[in-house]
Amino acid sequence: MKINNLKKRKIKDNVFTAVVIITTLISTLPLTLILYYLIKMGVSSISWEFFVNLPSPPGVTGGGISNAIVGTLILIGFSMLFSIPLGVALGVYLSESKKSKFTGLVRISVEILQATPSIVVGIIVYLWVVITMGSFSAFSGAVALAIMMFPLIAKSTEETLKMVPNSIKEASFALGVPYYKTVLKVILPTGMSGVINGILLAVARVAGETAPLLFTAFGNPFMNMDISKPINSLPLLIFNYAGSPYKEWHQLAWGASLILVIMVLLFNITAKGIARKWKIKY
Amino acid sequence: MNGDKNFKLIILASALVLLTIVFGTFITLFVSSFEVIHQFGIGFIIGESWNPVTQEFGALPFLIGTLITSFLALAISFPIALSIAIFLGELSKVKFFNSIINGAVELLAGIPSIIYGFWGLFVLAPVIRDIEMSLNIPPYGVGILTASIILAIMIIPYAASLSLEVINMMPENLKEAGYALGTTRFEVIKSIILPYSGSGIIAGILLSLGRALGETMAVTMVIGNSNMIPSNIFSPGNTIASLIANEFTEATEDLYLSSLIAMGLVLFIVTAVVNIFGKFVIRRFIPNIK
Repeated sequence: MKINNLKKRKIKDNVFTAVVIITTLISTLPLTLILYYLIKMGVSSISWEFFVNLPSPPGVTGGGISNAIVGTLILIGFSMLFSIPLGVALGVYLSESKKSKFTGLVRISVEILQATPSIVVGIIVYLWVVITMGSFSAFSGAVALAIMMFPLIAKSTEETLKMVPNSIKEASFALGVPYYKTVLKVILPTGMSGVINGILLAVARVAGETAPLLFTAFGNPFMNMDISKPINSLPLLIFNYAGSPYKEWHQLAWGASLILVIMVLLFNITAKGIARKWKIKY
Repeated sequence: MNGDKNFKLIILASALVLLTIVFGTFITLFVSSFEVIHQFGIGFIIGESWNPVTQEFGALPFLIGTLITSFLALAISFPIALSIAIFLGELSKVKFFNSIINGAVELLAGIPSIIYGFWGLFVLAPVIRDIEMSLNIPPYGVGILTASIILAIMIIPYAASLSLEVINMMPENLKEAGYALGTTRFEVIKSIILPYSGSGIIAGILLSLGRALGETMAVTMVIGNSNMIPSNIFSPGNTIASLIANEFTEATEDLYLSSLIAMGLVLFIVTAVVNIFGKFVIRRFIPNIK
């Protein structure tokens, strides 16, 4: 290699550095634009009426999204009811069980369920629950969301519980505490912050899901609190109104988008805060 | 002890619920798509026309649509994601910049897909329409390209964080050996880091592909939903997932429903295989990957 090659190599290095920095800066552009439009279009439609009123018919300005907000909360609440006990139990199972063919199968199944496209979850809940019950319902929507949360909660619980030091477990055994009490009263409370963190992240993830609700919760232009009937949710409302030809409905959809993003962010931030405040330290 | 026994049964039951869901999904999808397999056989996969009125169901336009959008999205997002990973992992030592880029990536990952679709439809599609007008092609605005760009934006955070984790797992001494020989940073990255972490990064791409294949809502809103084989990247098309989202509730005849479920089966199997393989490879780099 000749000496004057050094200059060339240095130039190449600088060009490369510049390209990487510019590309990285460009990558922040979509986020900036998305947030800009959400705030610009969304803020103007948000008012007190926006939270308490039902959507107005096309052509009428004003109107709100109260049914979608209530629907989203009901769907999330019920899906947590199903997925948290199952997810935490499976997390305990994964972290406590020894290696075997069966646990290997369970592990792969967790991966598969996590990777399953949300639209496929929608189909399967339609075939299992909606057809059996005979109609679209909030209940089936909650089941679909729960199926999506199940592997997420299981994995985060497993990871947290694995971080609990063995010495604590052994101390409990040495005191003659039975196995199940050790898990319930020693291991789980020690890892509680991690478990809650995982649950909140899973909620944040499914709160914006639309595809599994299309053929389950279905959407509903009216207020509904009966879980055996179709129910609206923020993502469904955005999807239905964005595709409509009416300006007023687009405006509602922008407002709903802003609310949805803020909601998801709040879940994420709370999860982060919990993880930071009560981190397992040993 | 009785308590222990019950406890073990309970946690075992949760594992059985999981297995029932996963295997039940496969079996249900398979059984429900039996009718279409029986009727069309392999013709279902290679059939070019999808017409519910004449009971003709060919999946080819959607398979092509899905593959084109996914790979185009990967092609767009991969250089950007790799740049972010290199920037965060190797270039920037300034904490302030790192936390800004990190925060941006996390935020991007947290935004629901319906928002991407909505934004794409009202902000990106008009821009693409203007470009199409100036190129003198039919100005749809929505289409394969628009969908690919939205999809690319959506998978950047995932691809970037996986690549970053892989790059961070690189042993320091190999890099230092490179620097000690007087190589520039570009040469270290090109000749040491990328070859070392290559297969991990490729596995990361594979996992991103798995996400892109199954993405539904954002794509549905901006792809144009045309059931023809797309002729170029500006023309409207349809993917498997967006087809199901659009037509599932309209499907009243058994054969129609069965065809849509068969599409779901294809999607389920492909994403499962892509994901298991990707995780298998990447686990050598990141043992406790999420």
